[in-house]
Amino acid sequence: MKAVVTVIGKDSVGIIADVSMECAKHKVNIVDITQSVLQDYFAMIMLVEIDKMETNFSNFQGELSKLGEEKGLDIRVMHEDIFNSMHRI
Amino acid sequence: MVNINDILETVNMIKQENLDIRTITMGISLFDCISDDQKRLETKIYDKITKSAENLVSTADHLETKYGIPIINKRVSVTPISLIGANADKDGYVRLAQVLERAADQVGINFIGGYGALVQKGMTKGAANLIDSIPEALATTNKVCSSINVASTKAGINMDAVARMGEIMKQTAYLTRDKDSIGCAKLVVFANIPEDNPFMAGAIHGMGESDTVINVGVSGPGVVASAIKREGFCDFSQLADVIKKTAFKITRVGQLIAYEASKKLNTPYGIIDLSLAPTPAVGDSVARILENMGLERCGTHGTTAALAMLNDAVKKGGVMASSHVGGLSGAFIPVSEDAGMIEAAEMGALSIEKLEAMTAVCSVGLDMIAVPGDTSASTLSGIIADEIAIGVINNKTTAVRLIPVHGKGVGESVEFGGLLGHAPIMKLSEYSSEEFIKRGGRIPAPIHSLRN
Repeated sequence: MKAVVTVIGKDSVGIIADVSMECAKHKVNIVDITQSVLQDYFAMIMLVEIDKMETNFSNFQGELSKLGEEKGLDIRVMHEDIFNSMHRI
Repeated sequence: MVNINDILETVNMIKQENLDIRTITMGISLFDCISDDQKRLETKIYDKITKSAENLVSTADHLETKYGIPIINKRVSVTPISLIGANADKDGYVRLAQVLERAADQVGINFIGGYGALVQKGMTKGAANLIDSIPEALATTNKVCSSINVASTKAGINMDAVARMGEIMKQTAYLTRDKDSIGCAKLVVFANIPEDNPFMAGAIHGMGESDTVINVGVSGPGVVASAIKREGFCDFSQLADVIKKTAFKITRVGQLIAYEASKKLNTPYGIIDLSLAPTPAVGDSVARILENMGLERCGTHGTTAALAMLNDAVKKGGVMASSHVGGLSGAFIPVSEDAGMIEAAEMGALSIEKLEAMTAVCSVGLDMIAVPGDTSASTLSGIIADEIAIGVINNKTTAVRLIPVHGKGVGESVEFGGLLGHAPIMKLSEYSSEEFIKRGGRIPAPIHSLRN
């Protein structure tokens, strides 16, 4: 099962490192990563595999969201199917 | 991997534009609960609902987490109770309403619909008793919703029922007078009631439905309003295209949730209701969509045309996104639940006459409109008759949910709170409909009902 992690907010040093560390901690494998910076606005999208995750989905989601709050970022974890449904026929 | 812009678009819809799944509604048939013993009937109804919907709320919560999209309401609709408790007297029906309330509390849902009757052609004793019980039933419960179908294109309009419902509205308003007559917010009078509508207060589980079913109502007026704004000035062909594409995306999410919920609950998937359902939250308004199309205020000349186009484009976009579409499917225009409508009504841009015209081209009807508390029952019945006639003649669903707020008049406003919002009391005609309503009987079905 794959999930999409979206990180949106003001750019700062170490965002990718922080999020990646959180993923590694729970054995969440990063499959793809893409980011763009528009002026000061930062958007990062990670596609992650959560089959071998060593915690449950809502815990992982909660921890990332907490990390987001600490760093002033909006971090969400959503199952990839919501994007596939919406944008692919 | 899906394109980064598409992902950001979805996240933005949820974060900024209030995209949500408005409701997952489980329809439950109560036919197998029928009993000639009231006590046994009550036990069976309670057991059936609490067992069938046991995992409804936890499943919805799970899907909300998994897909990161808010699922606002979890609801249950049941077979119209007048068919299940046909032997009951008025007090017996009130007790059944209380059983529904207890079952709703037990499974943790927001509302339970189906405390109603189908009387489009005639009224059984059971249906008459249920209708008599409505004011007390709604005053002694919080989650129970009642809907009465008084007309259909096939049967015509049961004017005796229309007259009675005016009186019932008044009584319901009086019995809930300490809470701004909120009981009336849970009571709808229908023409051509859909049997698979997931939205309240009009949800019922129809007679041709399976034992249990999952219906999903999507929403997203904020998403459509933003898409129109982003597009800027363009002609109507292009505008319709923007709305269609947006409706498609919104509906796909509904389809995903409906499919997943049905699988997890081991319950057949019924329909997706393609409705733009507003809430009082800023940025979640159908009126704003119309205003973004170029109308200075919702309610001005051009509003009916704008709404007609919106309604049609939403259906065209949504229908391809879902395998089964049903329910009400269209734009809702509940005055108190829509920040833009409230504003338009408060400044006098939107009148009840304009709202009536708008209902000819959208789903539902005169919805959540606060009217003076001293409005007579026959005037309320006159409003019901007008609205119901629009539905019957145009072969569509229409409904009336008016709140004659006890003790309040034009110029005052009423606060229901939460999703029900607030509303100014609207002005009605000062002239009487009494002699007209007194006639009783049936208005015959229109000629185009003879289709065979």
